[in-house]
Amino acid sequence: MYVAVKGGEAAISNAHRLLADRRRGDRSLPAIGIEQIVAQLGLAVDRVMAEASLYDRSLAALAVRQARGDMIEAIFILRAYRTTLPRFGYSKPVETGDMRVERRVSATYKDLPGGQLLGPTFDYTHRLLDPSLLTDEAVEAPLEREEAGEPVMRVSDILAGEGLVEDDGSLPDGHVAGDLTREPLEFPMARDLRLQALARGDEGFLLALGYSTQRGYARTHPFVGEVRIGEVEVELDMPELGFSVSLGRIQVTECQMIAQFKGSAKNPPQFTRGYGLVFGQSERKAMAMSLVDRALRAEEFGEDIVAPAQDEEFVISHSDNVQATGFVEHLKLPHYVDFQAELDLVRRMRREYEAAQNIDLPEAAE
Amino acid sequence: MASIRKSAESAATGERQRAMGLLAKASRAELQAAFDALGDKPAAQPVRGPETGLVMVRGRIGGGGAPFNLGEATVTRASVRLEDGTVGHGQALGTDSAKARLTAIFDALFQQPARRAGVEALLDVVAARIADEDAEKARQTAATRVDFFTMVRGED
Repeated sequence: MYVAVKGGEAAISNAHRLLADRRRGDRSLPAIGIEQIVAQLGLAVDRVMAEASLYDRSLAALAVRQARGDMIEAIFILRAYRTTLPRFGYSKPVETGDMRVERRVSATYKDLPGGQLLGPTFDYTHRLLDPSLLTDEAVEAPLEREEAGEPVMRVSDILAGEGLVEDDGSLPDGHVAGDLTREPLEFPMARDLRLQALARGDEGFLLALGYSTQRGYARTHPFVGEVRIGEVEVELDMPELGFSVSLGRIQVTECQMIAQFKGSAKNPPQFTRGYGLVFGQSERKAMAMSLVDRALRAEEFGEDIVAPAQDEEFVISHSDNVQATGFVEHLKLPHYVDFQAELDLVRRMRREYEAAQNIDLPEAAE
Repeated sequence: MASIRKSAESAATGERQRAMGLLAKASRAELQAAFDALGDKPAAQPVRGPETGLVMVRGRIGGGGAPFNLGEATVTRASVRLEDGTVGHGQALGTDSAKARLTAIFDALFQQPARRAGVEALLDVVAARIADEDAEKARQTAATRVDFFTMVRGED
């Protein structure tokens, strides 16, 4: 018989008070401010925005502070907050071709319109700890150079000129973009819905899957056609006005991965593409996303599905770290009754096993 | 005649669209300073909000293909009515209610021919600030552009 029990209110309340104390830490040190987190831990803030699927730097920084820097906890908090807000509508698609580019590199073309713009990158740093950051040493202002005024042409448009690369990616006429915040996931799914899931997917999970495709588990021979980071305009249609209005700009990272394709009965030999688009400055995530997007298109190209990264249901069902942490972490919550039932079962099986051993023993002795 | 009226309407729409886009990018401090500088403050009644909600930001597959839902962004909006009945709408990314309300007031003033010039002055300030920031950022980015040069090979 199960007897309902209560208890722990005082312990829980005291634990949360202790959490607040540990979060604040040593009171002789100044508290860290939200503006400081936005300005100086910007890439942590960007990751929280991307995986919470909510663009708001201040709220993401608040979540980082509240979670003591635990990224998945911060993502969880921000994801929970978004459920309290009404939905005003859907924006017009952002135009990444018109991006105000602050970084753009291509691994496929050395000289291309707009050039190789390194921007604020970790690339080519020596990854040596920098003792100057132990103190608050003055930092030099960035250098400036007059810009050429040349448009930063999309690499996919350069390749498209020769007809050797597939199009951007169309869906049948009348297809309405799926929204996984509104309908439950069903497999198989169209590429638009997959991209939504990948855009909010866990960076580590997608990175590992992308890496697996490079190591031979669904080999695709990829090249980074380009990675670009910068600001795009968000526009919303205003039905009460009859026109669309800009709401401001957001920063995004886009990756165009280009993969070799030898062709099939339906398609000529050409380059195929994987696409990554992520909130904020999140280059690793955008690249991993584009690798996984390409791998998940295996069926479209008649490729054998032999690796985890090609398995849509496996990838999309496990890419959301809020869902994943919820199910894994729930295991630490009280399972007293479940366990009691299993304990009884194992005890009974053990008794039966031992009884059977005892019966067998005299026979074995003969 | 009808087409003349229509093009006049679309020109007016284009101007208001541009004004609303700049107001959305204005900082609260810029809006507040412009409001404080107004000689006769308009009496604005709230029609809606300020309220914070979400807009689902869309991208395009491959950058230019079919739309997909990228993720949401916070947006705060407000609508106000001035004494003469002019309704103004304010909306911008983020959660700043005071900014949304001020934006709505300036959108309403923009529609009043007598007060438009005052709003244009604010828009000029905002546009100039954004242009400066964009140009500075572009120059900083340009300084990180790679200049390739070819190594001389062989002896001859």
